[in-house]
Amino acid sequence: MRYSQKGMATEENKKTPTNSGSQEGFVYLPLIAGWLVPGGGHFLLRKWGRGALLAASILGMFVLGLAMQGKVYAGAHDILDILGLAGDLGNGLPYVISRMLGLGDVQVQVTTADYGTRFIVVAGLLNIIAAVDAHNLRTGRKS
Amino acid sequence: MGNPILQPSHFAAVVLFALFASTVFGITMRETPRNMFRYGIYCFVLFVAAAIALSWLMYFIAR
Repeated sequence: MRYSQKGMATEENKKTPTNSGSQEGFVYLPLIAGWLVPGGGHFLLRKWGRGALLAASILGMFVLGLAMQGKVYAGAHDILDILGLAGDLGNGLPYVISRMLGLGDVQVQVTTADYGTRFIVVAGLLNIIAAVDAHNLRTGRKS
Repeated sequence: MGNPILQPSHFAAVVLFALFASTVFGITMRETPRNMFRYGIYCFVLFVAAAIALSWLMYFIAR
């Protein structure tokens, strides 16, 4: 053989890491918990430090976005609104609570409010990354 | 509609954004705490440096 097959998609390398016990139960629970509550997936897996940092970062970004009078997308009228709504939905329960309290139901009129709108969308996208990370921890793909 | 509670400058907004985003990137993209910290710092510096470099670029383009 003229080259190494290390790291390639050969049968030997396709074997998933054996982590006995990690596949028991509902494997998508940390993913769903992490989506609904920022850092919740990591808390569920007893990764307290990581969960606290993720929760502080994501909730901090969301709250700062609201404090800057950022807009929380309620519906979609064009393609940019659809993308914004998809990002906002990534926040999980904070999005639902802010909608129920009528927070972020504003017209963007100042530059600061535009920053705030982006902060809220990015907080949602970061929360999705964090929830997927919790799922990877649960399945043993990451330690 | 009243004024926003928080009105950061453009640079302060960039720094806050970089801080939160790099924290999440560091935790989710690396496995050991040491590597998480290093990657978080790396992302933070890149975010802020890119914002400063692009700002100067736009300043010269606008003139």
